Amino acid sequence: MKSVLPVLTVIGAIVLFWLAAVVPMNMHLVADQAQRDGLVVMPETPVERQEYGGIGLSLRNLHLVPLTYDFVRPRLPSPQQVASEMYDTIFDKKITSKRSLVYHGWVTLAPTLLGFVIGTSLGIMLAVGIVYSRVMDRSVMPWAIVSQTIPILALAPMVIVVLGSMGIQGLFPKSLIAAYLSFFPVVVGMVKGLRAPDAMQLDLLRTYHASGAQGFWALRLPASTPYLFASLKIGISASLVGTIVAELPTGARAGFGARMLVGDQYGQPLVSWAALFAAALTAAALVGLFSMIERITLKRMGMSAA
Amino acid sequence: MSLVFAALVVWAAGWWINVRLANGPSADSTVVKILVPAIFGLTVVVIWELLVQGFEVNPVILPAPSAILERLLVEGPRLWADFHQTIIKGAMSGYVIGGLAAFCVAVLADRSDFLTRGILPVGSFMAALPIVGTAPIFVKWLGSDWESKAAVVAVMVFFPILVNTVAGLRDTTVMQRDLMRTYGAGYWPTLFKLRLPAAMPFVFNGLKIATTLALIGAIVAEFFGSPTVGMGFRISTSFGQLALDMVWAEIVIAALAGSTFYGVMTLIEKRMTFWHPSQR
Repeated sequence: MKSVLPVLTVIGAIVLFWLAAVVPMNMHLVADQAQRDGLVVMPETPVERQEYGGIGLSLRNLHLVPLTYDFVRPRLPSPQQVASEMYDTIFDKKITSKRSLVYHGWVTLAPTLLGFVIGTSLGIMLAVGIVYSRVMDRSVMPWAIVSQTIPILALAPMVIVVLGSMGIQGLFPKSLIAAYLSFFPVVVGMVKGLRAPDAMQLDLLRTYHASGAQGFWALRLPASTPYLFASLKIGISASLVGTIVAELPTGARAGFGARMLVGDQYGQPLVSWAALFAAALTAAALVGLFSMIERITLKRMGMSAA
Repeated sequence: MSLVFAALVVWAAGWWINVRLANGPSADSTVVKILVPAIFGLTVVVIWELLVQGFEVNPVILPAPSAILERLLVEGPRLWADFHQTIIKGAMSGYVIGGLAAFCVAVLADRSDFLTRGILPVGSFMAALPIVGTAPIFVKWLGSDWESKAAVVAVMVFFPILVNTVAGLRDTTVMQRDLMRTYGAGYWPTLFKLRLPAAMPFVFNGLKIATTLALIGAIVAEFFGSPTVGMGFRISTSFGQLALDMVWAEIVIAALAGSTFYGVMTLIEKRMTFWHPSQR
């Protein structure tokens, strides 16, 4: 609880920086518009204004500063514009409406969750295989580690189109990306977790004459729980990012990624920014949810959350 | 059909060799440790080739590895130009800018315990966000050349490096700091002689996470506007021309670049943090 005030301070500093940046970022556009509306603008022609930077122009036209905060098509929207656009599209639109962010959020969230469940289950199974089979460990594990250094996310849009051309559409292609991205963090984390019990503990089970299966359920699996949660938190945010990137350049009609692109292409920056922040909130909510489950589970298992 | 059968044979043979090697007497030698994953990878590629040929898969859906290799050899100069534009100009400059900025902010914030406690949660929260979604915005602000890509990359790598550096600077024990005080060392000597070296393993952890992010950012940002060169540009245009072998050639380049970048950072880490338990 003692970190609430510092966190608020840092967030406040970021918002202040944003507020300060809005003026110079939008000043040229606002000055052009103000001149068309018959207001006095200091250097009188747009060509002369181009010679000034954003800050210089703002200092010469202090009376225009308030206008930069509610310009219709800003280069950088102000925080209150983004907030009101988000409020508008989340609460004031019907959920079924094509302009509702809740609708687009669900379009993105559904494949993310499906893919996450698939990727996590396969990842845990592969991790068990790697821990119990020497051959799997030696041949697959190096590739699992190398694969994390490959920018596979950049290819997500291509995968969507290839699958689409094979007649596979809808939820599945995006889930595939989400599954792939959550798969390897879970494999690597779970292998580490299942190997976490030390020789002493394994020996103790051997003196109890425990079978392999008992050793797995009573020792290895519980011991791997903290590692599993760490991987799950990485995996869920990677899945969400994957789904959004998959939606970005493929001409998807719905979802956060599609909204970001639509706002960009049709000159509605507010739509892009609202989608961006909504995606951020979704990611935060998912990671927060897993942190909560982690804390409760570890507490009940008698391990303190790290 | 015989090719499909051959694929099955290759799979069985590869697996058998690996089982023999991994369970054999020399299983822990370095050669076998490299040989086993290499055989696994080679088997996968051969099976891919045989299945694509055996089932006569349309190259528009999945090209054969041999076609991709041919592309890599024939299109060398063009692939090099793309690599130069995207990786060297876009990703590298963004990586350096973002990394330096994060490092400086971390050292500055570290002077105040209050700020540190605020930056850690906010920074790790930001690191989990889909920052790559800002790519269209940056392309609009900074134009379509490499500057916008560098900006996206800089923002993407900033937070992981910031969080790790801040966490690393806190990683000294009271005993160590007291020792420095008994030597009469002030803030700066303590920073350079004790806390920065102690933070290095954390800093490198952040730098290694950021390598992949840098490549992703540079490539994805090119989907939203680029000059007529660059890996992201080539991937999306070749894709439009259904030249999937070219797309895969770029993927191979991206994979090699990603692994090399990561490998280089690991090597530097080994040289600089040789004293850390994880390196011994």
